[in-house]
Amino acid sequence: MKGVFRMFDVTSPPQKKATRYGFGEGLVALGEMDPRIVVLGSDITGSVMTSMFRDKFPERFFSLGIAEQNATTVAVGLALIGYIPFMSTYGAFASARNLDQIRVSVCYNEANVKIGGGHAGISVGPDGATHQALEEIATTRVMPNMTVIVPCDAVEMKKATIAAAEEIVGPVYLRFGREAVPLFTTEETPFKIGRAEVFHEGNDVSIIACGSMVWEGLVAAHELEKEGIHARVINLHTIKPIDKETIIRAAKETGAIVTAEEHQIFAGMGSAVAEVVVQNYPVPMEFVAVNDRFGESGEPEELMRAFGLTHKEIAAAVKKVMKRRDAGK
Amino acid sequence: MEPRKLSITQLREMAKEIRRDIIRMLVEAKSGHSGGPLGAADIFTVLYFGGVLRYRPDDPWWQERDRLVLSAGHMCPVLYATLAEAGFFPKEELMTLRKFGSRLQGHPGRDKGLPGVETSSGSLGQGLSIAVGMALGGKYLSKANWRVYSFNGDGELQEGSIWEAIMAAGHYKLDNLTMIVDRNYCQIDGITEQVMGIDPLDEKLRAFRWHVVNANGHDMESLLSAFAEARETKGKPTAIIARTIMGKGVSFMENDCSWHGKPPTKEQGERALAELQ
Repeated sequence: MKGVFRMFDVTSPPQKKATRYGFGEGLVALGEMDPRIVVLGSDITGSVMTSMFRDKFPERFFSLGIAEQNATTVAVGLALIGYIPFMSTYGAFASARNLDQIRVSVCYNEANVKIGGGHAGISVGPDGATHQALEEIATTRVMPNMTVIVPCDAVEMKKATIAAAEEIVGPVYLRFGREAVPLFTTEETPFKIGRAEVFHEGNDVSIIACGSMVWEGLVAAHELEKEGIHARVINLHTIKPIDKETIIRAAKETGAIVTAEEHQIFAGMGSAVAEVVVQNYPVPMEFVAVNDRFGESGEPEELMRAFGLTHKEIAAAVKKVMKRRDAGK
Repeated sequence: MEPRKLSITQLREMAKEIRRDIIRMLVEAKSGHSGGPLGAADIFTVLYFGGVLRYRPDDPWWQERDRLVLSAGHMCPVLYATLAEAGFFPKEELMTLRKFGSRLQGHPGRDKGLPGVETSSGSLGQGLSIAVGMALGGKYLSKANWRVYSFNGDGELQEGSIWEAIMAAGHYKLDNLTMIVDRNYCQIDGITEQVMGIDPLDEKLRAFRWHVVNANGHDMESLLSAFAEARETKGKPTAIIARTIMGKGVSFMENDCSWHGKPPTKEQGERALAELQ
């Protein structure tokens, strides 16, 4: 663990890559190592990068058209006869339109189906609210038997995709984005489904983040260091099953938590953390998330600023939560 | 252990026994669906005892078995009764239907591990998609010899996603897939054609690139010949539209849609059993 912290340099401009490429690369790697891997297309294969698998393994790719309910359930049929199918489309259609199929056919059957939900968050940009999925963590984590993973960058996305098929027998929802985001982890960065990673050490406060907000959390921690505030930054890539131990330790050792996610504020990752905190070691919490509203058109970075999803809002939330904690002492 | 293959006379007797099982189960359970399962008893008898399905009751998850997906989950009493008659589990277990701790859930739950139950179902319209997935993998990936059957209610065809599945099966020419439509024209709110019309069903299915066979769902020979035709049809999935009568075999239930979702009382059950001797 000691070798891990401060391994991420946030001072120079990072290389950028969209997490969807990590998904495509993961699928290709899986296709090479496991003949059971099958990928289902829902028309937008070039957007969610399942096209990478299709071009390499056409005999294991089935196009099912713009019919997400059927694609989700066809995946169940394939899983029940021994294959490991990936169904993938934009998160709005991979976690909401097909939610009854996810509930009854995927999760109740405990089918070995993997769902790749792309275009997560408002960073989708100009396409606007219908295509900016902000509810998937909520809808998928509430389902029994489901594993929910939100990787922080393209390298972690590739690892998560491979692990979803090779380490988990059962339903997995993988959430990834469209827009290029900082690529800062490496092959050597630890990744294990269900285990949160401390990406920056500190004992004054904890920032627990997932997806693109992990980088923002690291930047916020760097800025806060200048003011003498030592924040712990935790990459909570697996929302379910949640790493209670790491969260409880953060609550005990830092006494205040800020969560950050590119998702609706209700029922998402922050709520999942709060469920653990209030039952085990209650401490003040603040949530950085989309505040119960729909997205809109705009450039990705412009939207992230407008919706309060940057390191600045995280740093402000850190100060607020520390003030609340210290006032209670 | 290979499945028993019965003569036409024996099939008729078996269907009667399955109907009696259904009545006994539902009286004991005090809730559940009567009309549909009674109406489908002949179809299930032909599937399991007419040499249609390949299965091994003593090895229920045998890799080479044919897969039957019960898309219309509420029809499970007829599936459970048939599986018990076929030797998948003891008949006494039928009396646990819908009770706490039972493997015989009110709608099938795969997690309970009842031998012969391939999938959970109950939310209508999903089973056919699962069957399409199995048939797709069986035909193009596994190059398997086993076949896939999906049992669907007619009201279930009002679900939009069913037509996504029908479209996909036609597109992929899944000739290893047979859909049985239990065409009894009844659903909870009344006659299907008044609640939301489905006809002309055969023309719709043909337009979606299916082969269609119309059968009398209470005539063993008609059903046997329909399944044989489905097996022989190449390059297309086959739909067997089996005309049935809801509540078939029990005079006071026949063609009465109000029997869709309720069980007979003890007294009604005795009358039903007397008629089914």
